[in-house]
Amino acid sequence: MVDLLAGLLPPFLWRLIVIVVQIVAIVLPLLIAVAYLTYAERKVIGAMQLRKGPNVVGPLGLLQPMADGLKLFVKETVLPTSANRVVFVGAPMLTFFLALVAWAVIPFDKGWVLADINVGILYLFAISSLGVYGIIMAGWASNSKYAFLGGLRSAAQMVSYEVSIGFILISVLLCVGSLNLSDVVLAQKKMWFFIPHLPIFVLFVISGLAETNRAPFDLPEAEAELVAGYNVEYSAMTFALFFLGEYANMLMMGAMTSILFLGGWLPPFDIAPFNLVPGILWFILKICLVMFVFLWVRATFPRYRYDQLMRLGWKVFLPFSLFWLVLTASVLTAFGWLPNQG
Amino acid sequence: MAESQIQNYTINFGPQHPAAHGVLRLILEMSGEVVDRADPHIGLLHRGTEKLIEHKTYVQAVPYFDRLDYVGTMNQEHAFVLATEKLLGIELPVRAKYIRTLYSEIGRILNHLLNVTAFIFDVGGMTPLLYGFEEREKLMEFYERACGARLHANYFRPGGVSADLPAGLLEDIAAWCETFPAVLDDIETLATENRIFKQRVVDIGTVTAEQALDWGFTGPNLRASGIAWDLRKAQPYEVYDELDFDIPVGKHGDGYDRYLVRVLEMRESVKIMKQCIAKMPGGPVKVQDYKITPPPRAEMKRSMESLIHHFKLFTEGFHVPAGETYTAIEAPKGEFAVYLISDGTGKPYRCKIRPPGYVHLQALDMMSKGHMLADVVSNIGSIDIVFGEIDR
Repeated sequence: MVDLLAGLLPPFLWRLIVIVVQIVAIVLPLLIAVAYLTYAERKVIGAMQLRKGPNVVGPLGLLQPMADGLKLFVKETVLPTSANRVVFVGAPMLTFFLALVAWAVIPFDKGWVLADINVGILYLFAISSLGVYGIIMAGWASNSKYAFLGGLRSAAQMVSYEVSIGFILISVLLCVGSLNLSDVVLAQKKMWFFIPHLPIFVLFVISGLAETNRAPFDLPEAEAELVAGYNVEYSAMTFALFFLGEYANMLMMGAMTSILFLGGWLPPFDIAPFNLVPGILWFILKICLVMFVFLWVRATFPRYRYDQLMRLGWKVFLPFSLFWLVLTASVLTAFGWLPNQG
Repeated sequence: MAESQIQNYTINFGPQHPAAHGVLRLILEMSGEVVDRADPHIGLLHRGTEKLIEHKTYVQAVPYFDRLDYVGTMNQEHAFVLATEKLLGIELPVRAKYIRTLYSEIGRILNHLLNVTAFIFDVGGMTPLLYGFEEREKLMEFYERACGARLHANYFRPGGVSADLPAGLLEDIAAWCETFPAVLDDIETLATENRIFKQRVVDIGTVTAEQALDWGFTGPNLRASGIAWDLRKAQPYEVYDELDFDIPVGKHGDGYDRYLVRVLEMRESVKIMKQCIAKMPGGPVKVQDYKITPPPRAEMKRSMESLIHHFKLFTEGFHVPAGETYTAIEAPKGEFAVYLISDGTGKPYRCKIRPPGYVHLQALDMMSKGHMLADVVSNIGSIDIVFGEIDR
């Protein structure tokens, strides 16, 4: 049937259809995952705080994310009179768009990747750097003091931590010898990278928290100071897009952590009961693990102050990741362990 | 090119701000993230309490004190009730004194639990707040079992307390005293030695001993600056001179010390509560002078005299001899005092209330100058203000 269809249609149209189907196959589960990440967040933090979390809408409150989504969908979108309308509406769209686009290069299992490009990591890096624009635009276009401060903070924070994330990525890349994300995973067949690279693994997870503006680095939306930060003026769907984008970015961070350090779709041991489980399940399990850490941290830690966060980023993380980069390079050269030589 | 005037960025912080602890309106003049001036505006919760009291009998005035600092309510009642008793020149039965002391300390824990955990919440730690509320709920049940109300107790009355404690309550409070320190440990685990928490509050909003005195600080805020001044020790009222407890004193006067002093005070309060329960004597809970406290209901049905007392008390109230007094107690937030003038009638001529929070709030500008925006929030949290008592 499929072959028949492929034969009937012009090749370019067929390719288009295949790609659209693939995109839907990624985006739909992703959005559902985002919805249930908010549910998991409320449940996990609730349990840590002696509460129950959502438990009314549907069995165990499982329909709560749907109800929330519906509520945001039918609410009125308020446009502040002093806001710059085009930018104001464009900002959440941009954030959401970028959060989804990044998933194009993620390998979910062996060969399960939409765009198997050779510069996968570079692509991810570019997309996550663009993410800051959505927030800056939102902060600026709202024409509100809280939103403006929130936007500025967020921009400064994301830029700072991206620098150290960059160096961490390079350290990993040196051990792989390729920018292709599938190659990164396959290079961990013998040993997951979090074992030799434990210090920068920790650094990466912390930078990931900062990059996605999560506690204890949730300054841009610090409710105690800025009420809600850059999205203070947003309502209904525009707010929902920010929200979805933010949580999709969190999942993205989880996916990156598992690909770079936790062996992506690879099972922990390449023996009978473990390697029978499909790779995608391992991948999802690893993302869940990282997400749990994110939520756990949120329930436990107070928030950094703006200058302290900057100091941590520039004076601790950056020098250390730089040092680790040099160390990795030296060790690889000294012992002749460089991949793909010649 | 025309000369341009550089203006500071002003932020309107509150009155609907989640971190403003009530209806604080704060005008912040910022240069970037640094605060140049913090200008607190008051009066958004002004209800004219002092004037209203002038038109109420002494007993009717008591509930107004619940509505001042609505976090630990009985402590406020205490000041007014003590002032009235001083003017009346009466001595309480011992059991009443112990009950009042016990409930004053419950009020102190209620207050400090909310403040300490809300302070942690202000610097971003969510979880302690919910731990704290769990315990506050239990304490409010003790309030409820004694007087019928969780919050606005109206339990202390001139001449004693409104009713005796129900059977079994003391045992339950004693059991709570055993479990509470563990909860306090849990809260401390999440904050006291946490690096981020310490980075946020150590050396923030420092008030030296001299400054604290100059600005009229009292209570935990003063003690955090290193001055061991506590009215429970300095001029003991009720039975505080018979009890064994310590006064925690800070060293640096920063937000962290204020936090630690409050946590330690809670532990001391538990100690006081245990002693109160152990030493709790029997006997009446109000003075047996029926010109001041209402006679028992049963007696009222039989005795003509009691009926007359009851009628007089609940229509015009008791008359207080002319005179004036400044009576202060150690409320959880500091020195809470009532300046009461009586002209010999059944209603106070003037009742001036000295709320500790009002005095502490004025130092906010001094404490916050040169700090960052986030520090203003932690300063507000650390000086422990409640607008009910500031605006009165």
